[in-house]
Amino acid sequence: MAVDNDTVRRIAFLARLKVEQDKLEETKEEFNKILAWVEELGEVNTDNVEPLVSVNNETLTLRQDEVLSGHISEEILANAPAKEYGYFVVPKVVE
Amino acid sequence: MAEYIIETEKGKWEVICGLEIHCQIISKSKIFSGASTEFGDDVNENVSFVDAGMPGMLPTLNMECVHQAVKTGLGLNAVINKYSEFSRKNYFYADLPQGYQITQFVHPIVGEGAIDIDLADGTTKTIRIERMHIEQDAGKSIHDIDPKKSFIDLNRAGVGLMEIVTKPDFRAPEEAGAFLRKLRSILRYLETCDGNMDEGSMRCDVNVSVRPYGSDELRTRCEMKNVNSVKFVMQAIESEAKRHVEVYENGGEICQETRQFDPTTLSTKVMRKKEFAHDYRYFPEPDLPPLILSDDFIAKIKNELVELPDAKKVRFVKDLGLTPYDAMVICENKEVAQFFEKAAAGRDGKKVANWLMGDFFAMLNKKNLDIKNSPVSAENLGKLVDLISKDVISGKIAKDVFEIMAETGENPEDIVEKKGLKQVTDTSAIEAIIDLVISQNPDNVASYKAGKVNLMGWFVGQVMKQSQGKANPAMVNKLLKDKLG
Amino acid sequence: MSNLTDLTISESLAKLRKKEISPVELATAYIEKMSENNKYNAYITQTTEQALEQAKASEKRYTDGTNRPLEGIALGIKDLFCTKNVRTTACSHIIDNFVPQYESTVTQNLLNDGALFLGKLNLDEFAMGGSNETSYFGPVVNPWSRETKLVAGGSSGGSAAAVAAKMCAAATGTDTGGSIRQPSAFCGVTGIKPTYGRCSRYGIIAFASSLDQAGPICKDVTDCALMLNSMAGYDAKDSTSSKVTVPDFTSFIGQDIKGLKVGIPEEYRSDGLNAEVSAYWDKAAEILKAQGAEIVHINLPHTKYALPTYYVIAPAEASSNLARYDGVRYGNRVSGNGLDELYINTRTEGFGKEVKRRILIGTYVLSAGYYDAYYLKAQKVRRLIKNDFDEAFKKCDVILTPTSPIEPFAIGDKKMLENPINMYLNDVFTVSVNLAGLPAMSLPIGLSKNGLPLGMQLIGKSFDEATIFKAGYQLERGANFVRM
Repeated sequence: MAVDNDTVRRIAFLARLKVEQDKLEETKEEFNKILAWVEELGEVNTDNVEPLVSVNNETLTLRQDEVLSGHISEEILANAPAKEYGYFVVPKVVE
Repeated sequence: MAEYIIETEKGKWEVICGLEIHCQIISKSKIFSGASTEFGDDVNENVSFVDAGMPGMLPTLNMECVHQAVKTGLGLNAVINKYSEFSRKNYFYADLPQGYQITQFVHPIVGEGAIDIDLADGTTKTIRIERMHIEQDAGKSIHDIDPKKSFIDLNRAGVGLMEIVTKPDFRAPEEAGAFLRKLRSILRYLETCDGNMDEGSMRCDVNVSVRPYGSDELRTRCEMKNVNSVKFVMQAIESEAKRHVEVYENGGEICQETRQFDPTTLSTKVMRKKEFAHDYRYFPEPDLPPLILSDDFIAKIKNELVELPDAKKVRFVKDLGLTPYDAMVICENKEVAQFFEKAAAGRDGKKVANWLMGDFFAMLNKKNLDIKNSPVSAENLGKLVDLISKDVISGKIAKDVFEIMAETGENPEDIVEKKGLKQVTDTSAIEAIIDLVISQNPDNVASYKAGKVNLMGWFVGQVMKQSQGKANPAMVNKLLKDKLG
Repeated sequence: MSNLTDLTISESLAKLRKKEISPVELATAYIEKMSENNKYNAYITQTTEQALEQAKASEKRYTDGTNRPLEGIALGIKDLFCTKNVRTTACSHIIDNFVPQYESTVTQNLLNDGALFLGKLNLDEFAMGGSNETSYFGPVVNPWSRETKLVAGGSSGGSAAAVAAKMCAAATGTDTGGSIRQPSAFCGVTGIKPTYGRCSRYGIIAFASSLDQAGPICKDVTDCALMLNSMAGYDAKDSTSSKVTVPDFTSFIGQDIKGLKVGIPEEYRSDGLNAEVSAYWDKAAEILKAQGAEIVHINLPHTKYALPTYYVIAPAEASSNLARYDGVRYGNRVSGNGLDELYINTRTEGFGKEVKRRILIGTYVLSAGYYDAYYLKAQKVRRLIKNDFDEAFKKCDVILTPTSPIEPFAIGDKKMLENPINMYLNDVFTVSVNLAGLPAMSLPIGLSKNGLPLGMQLIGKSFDEATIFKAGYQLERGANFVRM
């Protein structure tokens, strides 16, 4: 399943990354090389094989419903690149 | 019910609609973190490092949210899946801190179910539930503080949600409305979600398509996101269905897209075309192993389940003699049903229901009060009905007594005692009044005797007036007839 | 007294308890080594003042007898562990100014046991790499380098190099596809990746959540046991951490291995295997045999597919784990016209080439229409790989393999850089272990003809680090590797 330039562009946008026009070809080739390599998996017969979800067969432990954290807005905002009035700030989002 | 058909000069059309409802789970802490779910606190105060998507932070599942989901699933008569999995739904948004939402995709906690809805014409219809899963809510973006900036508050980020998805079973706006009211009622009975659509604790996405009446094809549907009242949901279905019909009749095609309903114009407009649709890249959440529920866990919740509106309704009709309509109205709200049961205990349910749905509701309405804050207690309403039943007061006097109760909250027995409103049932006392009235109105007596029998009403009125309304009307009638011959 | 920094943790603890040396002396010696060996670029943040303060406090504890299991032991911390109020970068430009307001569980456990932290160690950006060359702070130089500067391995290159060059008594590492074991092998030190779930991942910057696991890199096997005792344990804050009881790993040190069945997987001895590596593998088997172990041949039939499986699953999880680095709540923001442009500019400038490559691959394999063919397929093959091990462990107690098919290569090696797959192939002996969630240790077996260290790997059953420590200690004694 070789990818084309459009696919690379679409995938890059999904990941919010930019692939410069002059790097597109190179990125695509590298992409296809890696994909061709992982496609070796197609050789393996996986009929009736359950996908592995939890490697140690652990099941989920549930937490008691207690309020254990909060009122730490200063710490939450400590690393914020832009903050005002206790909010994180981003450029206007147009809905 | 009467079928909902869109009829034009060119033909007849049928509406197909399904709903997806997000319900905020009632719990103290968030679904995957120990921060509070409290609404209305200061900005970013109910946020843990987990909710803020800080590097290295991991989710831990709140037991209460699982408990609430199972309870809700049982309330929807649905299959509880003993094995369920969490997945990540990946997309970028300013108020989605991790860059993904933890939700359930392939293996939801609740499978298929069904609930009955009550329609205006007295019929019921079964709406099938496709599934219900649990997930985390996003934060809030505030766009109206600054013209160039959006502000992000993460207090809501990570609050637990239940997403209920119905089958496309709705054929009319009314059905969707009835469903939402019923669902809200069930959630409130279960105390798993407060069901307040205006506060956003219950949010509805509406899927609509149309097809020529009588066909069984499925045409392209459009989704309207976040419609925030029952009325708007019904209006959105109506206007969107009409739009589809117009497009088809003009030879156009409907594209699968996300639209927004505008309640001011009663129309929908496009938000996102399919080609710009997200590719959410769902995959199993590696930070959370599968959730396994034991039979005991589910059985325990089942045992603790409260009586739900449908069961209550049946019981009220069967045991308390209510009409199905009265029972439905009373059972829609859990507090009302509880109030009614208390007031009706050991009494004639039908009479109590009449008072409840008549003067009592009118009083709450007038005073703009919730039943929880009613000045008239259930016990006192019951006692008032007793006073009527035992002929202590007449229905007319009872209305006056009720008015005093609504003002003072007093016991009706005390009011009747204090104000001397007790009905006069003593034959000699009533006879004395009758004699007085007869002696004072010889002309009318003569006319009556001459055949003007409709003067009886006038005599009754005079006697009642003389007794200040306290005379037992039935006795007055009988004694008058005897005296006047 | 000979050089204090030559002492292992167990030796240091013995001397500290007898008050032959003091924590401050010990810490000072390491701090001197740090400045002497600055050229290796192992540390990217130093916290030596704080460490000396802690050493003073430790000194008091030795005096009043309240000393804890690792009291006064000076450690280096891989810069993937969040440390409260100490910059934590994952060696990425995108968060090179990030100061966590919280402490990872593993580092907190070490602090609770009296350890002190000398600083934060270099790694491949977000632990994605096998040579430490993807670090935003530049590559780590392998202390065994002579004329040519060689890589220290990766991703825990800083950790392995710092331990080898005695810039700390031991270091923390993390291992997603070999990131503890391969640099340990390259730098002639000993490292163990415990069973998935042994150590809490809380506060460790995630690369691939279903594969990531913390572990120690140390001077010897005994020190690994001491460190792992402190690092491991159930943590309610990590839902994947295990409740299986943590034994005292030091109790297995010195136990004999008579009758122990050591498995040699046929599939690992490919035609292209380096002759020296192959010879050392035989030697390691001989050493264990001489101690009474029995060598058995086993099969791991899906070995060939481990790397492609890994290179689907790890990038997929990474693409999602790294979505949070968006310039909104922390890290470096590069503005743009609107929110999407802000995201794109921030991420394009903030992430390095290898990280971006993996995010793209990961995004692709999860995207609509490709999920089943790649991700789901890889998860199924992952189960087959785990089943292989389950079968093999019916025939043996522990598996012996080389850690890496090659010896350390030069920084900037053309062959590795021109094709990412060439670099990925170096993980061939290590990734299966992560896919199966098993514990594995790498320990030095000897030097190549170029005078460079080579490592052997011992793979244990799930939650059976005990057998690894038993066999590892005996192999270490037999190999008699001379540390730097």
